[in-house]
Amino acid sequence: MRLRAAIVCFAAIGVIISRIATPVSADSLVVRGEIVHTMAGAPLTNGAVLVENGRIAKVGPATEIAAPPGTRVLSAKVVTPGLIDAHTVIGFTGYLNQDQDQDQLDPSESIQPELRAIDGYNPQEHLVEYVRGYGITTIHTGHAPGALISGQTMIVKTTGNNVEAAVIRPVAMIAATLGESARARGDKKSPGTRSKAVALLRSELIKAQNYRKKQASEDEKKRPEPDLRNEAMAQVLAGELPLLVTVHRSADIRTALRVAKEFDIRLVLDGCAEAYLLTEEIKAAGVPVIVHPTMWRSGRGETENISFETASILRRAGIPIAMQSGYEDYVPKTRVVLFEAAVAAANGLSFAEALESVTIGAARLLGIEARVGSLEAGKDADLALYDGDPFEYTTHCVGVVIDGQVVSETAR
Amino acid sequence: MPGSGHLLSGQTIYMKNKRGRTIEDVVIRDPAGNILGGIKMANGTNSHREPPFPATRAKSAALVRQKFVKAQEYRRKLEKGREDPEKMPERDLEMEALVEVLERRWVVHHHTHRNDDIVTVLRLAKEFGFKVVLHHVSEGWKVAEEIAAADVPCSIILVDSPGGKIEAMNLIMETGGVLERAGVLTAFHTDDPITDSRLFLRMAALGVRAGMSREKALEALTIAGAKMLDLDHRIGSLEPRKDADFIILTGDPLSVYTRVQQTWIDGELVFDLDNPDDRLFAVGGYGAGKDQAMHLCCFGPQGHD
Repeated sequence: MRLRAAIVCFAAIGVIISRIATPVSADSLVVRGEIVHTMAGAPLTNGAVLVENGRIAKVGPATEIAAPPGTRVLSAKVVTPGLIDAHTVIGFTGYLNQDQDQDQLDPSESIQPELRAIDGYNPQEHLVEYVRGYGITTIHTGHAPGALISGQTMIVKTTGNNVEAAVIRPVAMIAATLGESARARGDKKSPGTRSKAVALLRSELIKAQNYRKKQASEDEKKRPEPDLRNEAMAQVLAGELPLLVTVHRSADIRTALRVAKEFDIRLVLDGCAEAYLLTEEIKAAGVPVIVHPTMWRSGRGETENISFETASILRRAGIPIAMQSGYEDYVPKTRVVLFEAAVAAANGLSFAEALESVTIGAARLLGIEARVGSLEAGKDADLALYDGDPFEYTTHCVGVVIDGQVVSETAR
Repeated sequence: MPGSGHLLSGQTIYMKNKRGRTIEDVVIRDPAGNILGGIKMANGTNSHREPPFPATRAKSAALVRQKFVKAQEYRRKLEKGREDPEKMPERDLEMEALVEVLERRWVVHHHTHRNDDIVTVLRLAKEFGFKVVLHHVSEGWKVAEEIAAADVPCSIILVDSPGGKIEAMNLIMETGGVLERAGVLTAFHTDDPITDSRLFLRMAALGVRAGMSREKALEALTIAGAKMLDLDHRIGSLEPRKDADFIILTGDPLSVYTRVQQTWIDGELVFDLDNPDDRLFAVGGYGAGKDQAMHLCCFGPQGHD
C-alpha cells in the first residue's frame, strides 16, 4: 500500500511540475488548414483550430471559428495533430555520437530497471529540435534496447529548456530486450544464451513478487528495506508500468508473450521483425506492437526478415500499432518517425492508418490520449502544419505548435 | 569500391546491377575489353589510426603527396623507357595504377566530409592534375563556390538526420540545392547500408524538398552520375544507341507512393514487382535475399542451370 501511495504521489508531482513549468501563453491562436486531420472523425475541409491558454478551445469549419482581434492566425494546406514518436532514444543518444553524449545504455549490469529516464534526458540535444522541425511534438524516449533490462522510459514534449518543463510522464515503461542483442557482451554479467536471459528475467520478477509480498506484510518489521530495483519491477507486476520488450525473432516474441502471461504483466512488443509469423498469437494476447522503423537496416541475424510491410500486416490482423524512430548507432543518428510512417503508407498502410500510427494510435498505445494525439477541445494545443500531404517526400513541415506556442516556422 | 579506412584503399569497378554467374558477366568494359573503374581515396578521420596510418590531416596529405611525387617520377622513367628500352623501369603495380590516375584515365573517387578536407582534395587534384569525384561532401554547402571554381563534380548523400559521426554533424539536406545553384555537377549515391539502395529515388526527392530543382534532382540519379564515371556515352539517358537500361515506375519518380514496377538492364527484365520473388527483394530484409538465393539455386522455374 505504501508503494502504491508513493507511486500515485510521484505521478501527481510529475503532472504538477509540468503544468507549472510549461510556459502557458494567455494569447490565443487560430490555425487554419485546407485539410485538417483532427484524427477524431473525418478530416475537415477548410477547418480551423482555436487555441487558448495552451489548449485546444474549439475545432471546426474555418467559417465558424472567428479569430478574436489581435489573435495570431497560422494557415497551411494540411494541419495534423503534433506527431508522436512511440519509441526513440532521442535526448539520450546525442547526435555527435561521442562517449560524452551517449547515455542510452549503461553496460555495467544486464538488469537495471531502476535507471530513471528523467535523470538522463537532455532536452537541449540537437536532435530534439531537429525532429520537432518535422512536426514531432511528443516522444516516448529513454533507455535503449541492448540489455536484458536497460532502464526506464519517459514521455516528453519536444520543447522546454529542462526536462521538468517537457515531461508528460516521467516513468512510462521498463525497457527490456530479448534475443541476440540481450546476450553476452563478454562481461560475465550478461546472459550467454536465450534461456539464461529468460531465466534471469523470471528470477528478477520472482524477486519482485517476494518484495511485494513482504511489503504488504501487516508486521512492519517484516517489510523490506526500500530497494529501487525491486520497486521498479513491482510496478510492472502491479500493472502500473508495461514491460516494453524489444524483440525480433518469432521464437523470442513467443517467449515474451509466455513470460507476460506467466506473471500477468502488461506487455508492449517493440520491433518485431518476425511478428508476421505470429499475428494470431499477438492479437489473442491483446498486446500492442511498436513496429520497427520501416526503413530500418536489417542486417543479418535476427532482424533479417524485417519488412517494409510489417506495419500493414499487423494492422490488417487487428493489432494496435504505433510507429517509432528506434535507435541508431551511426549515420543517421536518428530516424524521423514522420518518414517511417510515410514509407509504411507506401507499403500497405492507408494514409489514415499511417497518420493514426503517429498520432492518436500512438497516443492510445502510450496511454496519453487524454492529452495528445488528436485535435479536440480540451487537449493540449500540439499541431503540425504542412504545405501538402505530410507523407510526401517533397512536402515541408511549415509550422509546429506545442502547448499553444509556435515553436517552429522554418520550412523543413 | 573499397572502403574509406585507408587514404588510398584500391581500385573500383563499374558494373551493371544485374545477375551474373561471375563478376565477368556484370563488369563494364571499354571496346578494347578493359574493365572500367577508378581509384578510391579518402581523407578526414576514417584513415586516422596507429602508424603506419596517419594521425593528422597534414600527415594524410603528406603521405598522398609523397606517393604521387613518386608516381610522377615513375612516369618520367616510363617515358624514357619508351625511347630507350634499356632504361625501362621494373614493373611496379602500385606505380602503374597511380600513373593511370596521373594520366586521367582513372577517376579518383574521393571520400571527404569536412569543408577543409574537401578543399584539400581540390588542392591535391590541381597539384597532380588528376580527375576526381568528391563523395559524401557533407560540408560541401560551406565550400560550394570553391568546388564550382575547381570544376569538380560531387556525388552526395542525404540522410534523415545529421550526426552519428563528428564529420557528418553538419550534413544537411540542403547540400544538393546549394551545389546546384553554385553550378556543380551533382549526383547521388546511397552508400548502402547508410541509406537503402532500394530507396534511391527518395534521395532525389529529399534533395528537391530541400531546394534542388526537379530537373537537376533527376539528373543527379541518372546522367550526372554517368558523366562522373565517363560512361555518359552508354548510360544515364534514354537515347538511341545507348544501353537499354531503364525503369518503369507507377507514378511520379519523386513521390513516396511510387513503386518501381520493372527494371530493365541491357534490354533484359531483371526485376518485376508482380513476380513474388522479386517483390520480396523490394520489401523484405536480408533474409529475403537468402531465401531467394536458395530458391534460384535449387527449386526455381529454371531448375539446375
